[in-house]
Order: sequence, then C-alpha cells, then structure tokens
Amino acid sequence: MAEFKEAPAGASAGAKLMNWVDNRFPATKLWNEHAAEYYAPKNFNFWYFFGSLALLVLVIQIVTGIFLVMNYKPDAATAFASVEYIMRDVPWGWLVRYMHSTGASAFFVVVYLHMYRGLIYGSYRTPRELVWVFGCLIFLCLMAEAFMGYLLPWGQMSYWGAQVIINLFAAIPFIGPDLAILIRGDYVVGDATLNRFFALHVIAVPLVLLGLVVAHLIALHEVGSNNPDGVEIKAKKDAKGRPLDGIPFHPYYTVHDIMGVAGFLIVFTAVIFFAPEAGGYFLEYNNFIPADPFQTPLHIAPVWYFTPFYSMLRATTDDLVNVLCVIVGLAAVLNLLKGRGTIQAKVVALVAAVIGIFLLKTFDAKFWGVVVMGGAVVILVFLPWLDHSPVKSIRYRPAFVKYLYAVFVLFFVVLGYLGIQAPSVVGTRVAQVGTIFYFGFFLLMPWWSQLGTFKKVPDRVTFESH
Amino acid sequence: MKKILASLLAVFALMSGAHANTAMVLDRFPQERVSDLAALQNGARLFVNYCLNCHAAAYMRYNRLRDIGLTEKQIKENLLFATDKVGDTMKVSMDAKDAKAWFGATPPDLTLVARSRASHAGTGADYLYTYLRSFYRDDARLTGWNNIVFPNVGMPHVLWELQGQRAAKFVEEQDPHDPAKKIHKFAGFEQLTDGKLKPQEFDSEMADLVAYLQWMGEPIQGQRVRIGVGVLIFLSIFFVIAWRLNAAFWKDVK
Repeated sequence: MAEFKEAPAGASAGAKLMNWVDNRFPATKLWNEHAAEYYAPKNFNFWYFFGSLALLVLVIQIVTGIFLVMNYKPDAATAFASVEYIMRDVPWGWLVRYMHSTGASAFFVVVYLHMYRGLIYGSYRTPRELVWVFGCLIFLCLMAEAFMGYLLPWGQMSYWGAQVIINLFAAIPFIGPDLAILIRGDYVVGDATLNRFFALHVIAVPLVLLGLVVAHLIALHEVGSNNPDGVEIKAKKDAKGRPLDGIPFHPYYTVHDIMGVAGFLIVFTAVIFFAPEAGGYFLEYNNFIPADPFQTPLHIAPVWYFTPFYSMLRATTDDLVNVLCVIVGLAAVLNLLKGRGTIQAKVVALVAAVIGIFLLKTFDAKFWGVVVMGGAVVILVFLPWLDHSPVKSIRYRPAFVKYLYAVFVLFFVVLGYLGIQAPSVVGTRVAQVGTIFYFGFFLLMPWWSQLGTFKKVPDRVTFESH
Repeated sequence: MKKILASLLAVFALMSGAHANTAMVLDRFPQERVSDLAALQNGARLFVNYCLNCHAAAYMRYNRLRDIGLTEKQIKENLLFATDKVGDTMKVSMDAKDAKAWFGATPPDLTLVARSRASHAGTGADYLYTYLRSFYRDDARLTGWNNIVFPNVGMPHVLWELQGQRAAKFVEEQDPHDPAKKIHKFAGFEQLTDGKLKPQEFDSEMADLVAYLQWMGEPIQGQRVRIGVGVLIFLSIFFVIAWRLNAAFWKDVK
C-alpha cells in the first residue's frame, strides 16, 4: 500500500486533484508503468505497427458492434431483414455495418501480420513465452468470435458455412454427434443456433477476448518488448536504471502509432467506401440471399481468413492419412537407429508410433481432418519450446532460414487460396504438400533451428536516427 | 526457390483455367446508367410494371424512390398500388404457394439480386443485363421459354412483347478435353417475330431496368463513394500531419 501523500503547498488545482486521485487509485503509477516510463526499444520497424492496430480494430469492432445490436434481431425469421433494415433505414447504419464487416477481415489481416512479426524476430522466446501463449489464445478466441458472428446475418453462406463447420465436430469419435447437437441446440442449424451464437458473439467471447488482451499487455509490459535485433535492451542500462536502447513509449511510440493508425485507416476506409464487398471476399455474394435450409449452395467456402486451415482439413484424405502413417513409422525407426535417447525411451517411442498408426487407420480420415485443422492452430502455442535456435531474430540466423520462412508464407497463402476454390485433383495434391510442410515446419523446428552458422548478435540494437 | 515459385504459378494457371471454362461470358452492363437519374426512374417504372407482379422487393420502401429524383406525389400516382402506403416496402400480392405451383419455384425477392448475382464472371448487373436479354423460344419447356444464362429457368419471358420472339441456334462441337464428347454450343439468336422495340431500344430499356436493380440493392452506393472521397482526402492530410509530428518527436532520438 502506497503512503498517503500531501500535495505541495503551491500546487495547481490540477496537481491537487491528481494527488487526491493517486492517494485512492494508482492512476499516475499505471500511466507511468504502461506509457510514460515504459521503455520500448528504439529500433522498432514497420512490423511493429500491427500490435497497436489490432487494439484499434478491437475497439472499432466493439463500438460498431454495440450500435449494430441496437437494431439487429437474433431471430431466424427476422435476422436477415433486420440487417437490411440497418443497411437501408437506420441513419448511417450502412456505415456501421460495413465498418464491422470490414473490421472482421481487417482484424485477421492485422493479427496475421502481428503473429508473423513475432515469428521472424523470435518474440516468443524466453522470457516472452506467456506473451505468445496469451496471443495464441486471443487468436483462438478471435476465430470463434468471427465464426459465430458470421452466422448472424443469416444469409445462405452464414447458414451453410455454420452447418459445415458444426458438422466437423460430429466427426469426433464417441462424443461427436452429441457435441454437434449441443453446439446447434437443434438437429439442424436453426433459430436456437442463431440465439446461442448471438449470446456468445456479443457477450461471452468478447469478455474472454478483452481479459486475454489485458493479460497479453500485462505480460508484455512485465518483460518488455522484443525488437528486430532480438537484443535484450534491459541488459544495458544507464545510471538511473533506464535501458540505453529504450525510449519512453509515450510520447515516442504514441506519435509513431498515430502515424500507423492514419496509414491503416486510409486502407481500411478505402475498402469501406469503395469496395465493401472486397470482390466477394469480405462479404460473400451468396450471403445476400436469405438462409434457406432446403437449398444447398453449389460451392460452400468459409471466409478467407479461415481458408488456410479449411484447406488442410480438406487435404486430409485417406491418401494423406497413409502418408502420415509412413512418416510416423519412419520417424520411430529413425529414432531407434540414430536417436540420442536411452534404449527404453526409443522403445517407448516405437510403441507409441505403432499405436499412433493403429489409431490413424482406425478412425475416419474426416476425424483426422478435424484434428489436423485444430492442430494447425494449437501447434502455434508450442512455438517457444520448439525453437532451439541460439539467436532470436531472423537477422542473425543462417540464410536458409529466410528461404524456409518464405516458403512457409507461400504455402500459407496457397493453402488460403485453395480453401476458397472448389476442390480439384491438382488443388488437393498441392494442399496435401502444403499441410505436410506446415506441420513439418513446426515439428522439425527443434532440429532445423539449430542448423547452419549463426551471425554474431550485437550488444546494442542497430538504429539509425531519423 | 525460383523453381518452387514457377511450379506454383503453373499450378495456379492450371486451376484458374479449369474454372474459366465453366463460366459463361457475360455482356458488360453500361455502368454509367446507375448515376443517370432519368435511366433509374425509367428502370423503376419498368420494375414496377413488369417485375413487381411476381417478384417482391421486401426490403425496399417506395418512398426511398425520392433518392432517384421522384416526389412522393409522383410515387403515389404512378408507381403505387391503390392499397399501399408510400412508406411500405415493395411487397407482392401473389400467394407464395400459387407461385410455386405455377412456376416450379417461388419467384425470389429482387431487393438484393444485383448483389447476390455477382460472381467472378462479372458483377451482378452484368449477369442481370445478360440474363434479361437471353430468353428464347423452347417448346420443351412448360412456359414455352428458356434462357441461355439460366438454363431451364422457371420464369417465362415477361418482356417478350417488347423484344419479340427469338429462337436460339446451337451447334455440335468437339469437346477439346474429351474426344468422345460433343458440346452443345450456343451460336446466336434468330429473331422470329418483331417486338414493339428495336433491338437497340430493348437493350437500352434493359440497361435502365438493371441500373434500377443495381441501385435498389444498395441505395446509398453513390453517396458512399462521395463520402469516401472526402474521408480519404481528410485522412491523407491527417497522415501528413501525423508523419511530420512523428518526425519532430523522433529527431532527438539518437
């Protein structure tokens, strides 16, 4: 507990008020800890805009969401019409709705770039593991939030997209069918589904999301930000204990982020005002037709931000399961012959592999597709413990790592593209290669992240003054 | 790296090629009509006279037509059915069950048809503009009409008196992908009887009608773009200020 302080004799009214507040609530303390005396590395580059932008989009989504709820009706009979009412009869309703629909896509653009920044500069490494884990949970929440929000306009794609994704849960052995009914609240997607998705989208998930964002920021401000060099700025401090390469977040990064916000808003508003459908990617054309349980659209595709993972799901056919069996078997045999562990550990691994292959062949490929899709998201959580590289930043890693990351990004984009398209023979093959590459990238990271010659990491960050 | 890129590009090309074959080439809708008030008003007249008997536009209020330059009095006198109020939406009196029995399907609501019919082959307006001009006589169909863009469509050619009757010519062609198959390929229309309008006049009327449908799908679309220009100008100035402000603060950081 802080000591009760008296304001100095000649203090201004403002200073007296602040003193009064600070004796009762740590306002100045919080401000200093998180802004004015939060020291951030001075060498942030373009990639470091996306954290604050994600926060901006979160605020946009919450504020526009509140106004949408004022006129939206979560009822299967009136939901579609209420969205059109917002678009036509509510003053500025169209703007609020377009901000929210574009905001959903913008959120994923910003978050994907934010995560990629963490990946290339090793921002998940010690001591920032929990910053990363909280971030992954935010990403998971965001996916749930987007999925449930997409049902609310009650168009054809809302309806059938939800139908397809909820049916995936039915593929889980033993509990699947009951779980799917629990999610839907009915045997098919219907009014009950719409009502519970509305409740979850508007109350439950945003609450969890906000809590996680606070945790993400508290963890970040506890350990301090990483930077493009992956140098710990707290290692070199001046006489007052301030990092030599750090600068106060406020005002330096507040003005910096305002510039980022201006740049972002230019792109964001250009989409809202000139192409709110974004060529059918942000608002799918079929979703302008009210949901019809008796008419399945020819081609059901999730919105673009889910398609890389959806593509992996579709790629998991019997062929791919067979390939996985071979990979698991080979890995166990290789471990037995060349591995470094004790003989007991090797035998345990071999037995586990045999059980794994048995399970792979026992359950349906559809179930493994769901496992692959979920696993592709969950595996991100383990990144801090998969990376064994002696340096954090890509700047000081061997050259091949840059190419590896380039191919990783390329496959992620290609998987996204394929997930939008109708299935094809060539497409499925490419997606299967992409899926194996995606998992190989993470699961073999303990091995490849140690390979090659590393450059020497400097003591101080590299920075050229403006 | 380059090899990977090249092979991926090749795969993309293959896949997109496969898609291009299935899509029918759509005529381009003359986009400038959407900002032409006279065209929109004529389109509204055509819509109310020809479409609104079977198709509703249940999210569109009659008095919204003030946005395309009509007065409430004009709307009441020319476009409104006797029982409707000017604040009502464009409902249809035909019973949905009857419609299903007569046409095989309930005629869809047209409020958003220009938005829902968009695809990667063209805008929704392109689709509608081509569709409305692609009816032909087909005795195999119950209604006596068929359509090139929407094969076996339930709707008869409501505007046939304006366009006249036409037949479609087809040719049998070798399938380039499968030597055993022939493709039944469309090879143009043949005018059987003259309509009230010349072909160019009919095309122009249909362009007006589609312009109206396009506008009705999103009545604020023109306003949206105008506001957008202002917003972008403001943000551009704001960006320059933010950029210089940032530079002013950062010039001390060494």
